Amino acid sequence: MKDRLNVIVMNGTVDKLLAMATIVSGAVAMDKKVTLFVTFWGLMAFREGAWQDPAQQKLPAEYQEYAPMMQEAMQKMGVKPWMETLRIAKEIGDVSVYACSMTKDLFGLSMDDLDDVVDDEKGVAGFISMSADAEVLVF
Amino acid sequence: MPELTVSQEIDARGSACPGPLMELIRAIKSSDVGDVVAVLSSDPGSNKDIPEWIAKIGYELLGNEELGGYQRFTVRKSK
Repeated sequence: MKDRLNVIVMNGTVDKLLAMATIVSGAVAMDKKVTLFVTFWGLMAFREGAWQDPAQQKLPAEYQEYAPMMQEAMQKMGVKPWMETLRIAKEIGDVSVYACSMTKDLFGLSMDDLDDVVDDEKGVAGFISMSADAEVLVF
Repeated sequence: MPELTVSQEIDARGSACPGPLMELIRAIKSSDVGDVVAVLSSDPGSNKDIPEWIAKIGYELLGNEELGGYQRFTVRKSK
């Protein structure tokens, strides 16, 4: 088992973000060093406050009809919002979060527009060079 | 057998995966070597996750009790 997990966070829908945060939690529990590279719609979901804004909680169109049922089930089961789960993982383990600099510029965002959980920005070559000894997942 | 002294007990009932495991890890990190920490979980996933984590890290699972709708795991930070 490799001791590093690198995750490309490309999607901004809550189903994938929740799965990402849960898997990152499991990885830090098992003592892996985790690096996130947040790009495209993923980066939109990492804008400050976006995770708390009901208008920005999106599901993929094909699963839209399940949204109310999912919300009710998640509340009942005590599933935390994905950003809270990610923050706990970062507090407990070694998690670095990088914004894709190209996406940041494409959407006209500055680092100040992004949630504090984001450590810095990085280009793709930097991320790939960090991935040489890592397993890579895409969400 | 001397009774175990639990230095910290966390109630993570009502919290879904990965909540109880993460709360246990947080508590263990802030504990001293030799301390015993207990966690209550109603998440069925904990039954596999918590013992696996303890085995991976190399701590000691002292107890795993079924208490009617939830489990109580007792762990010693043995190193």
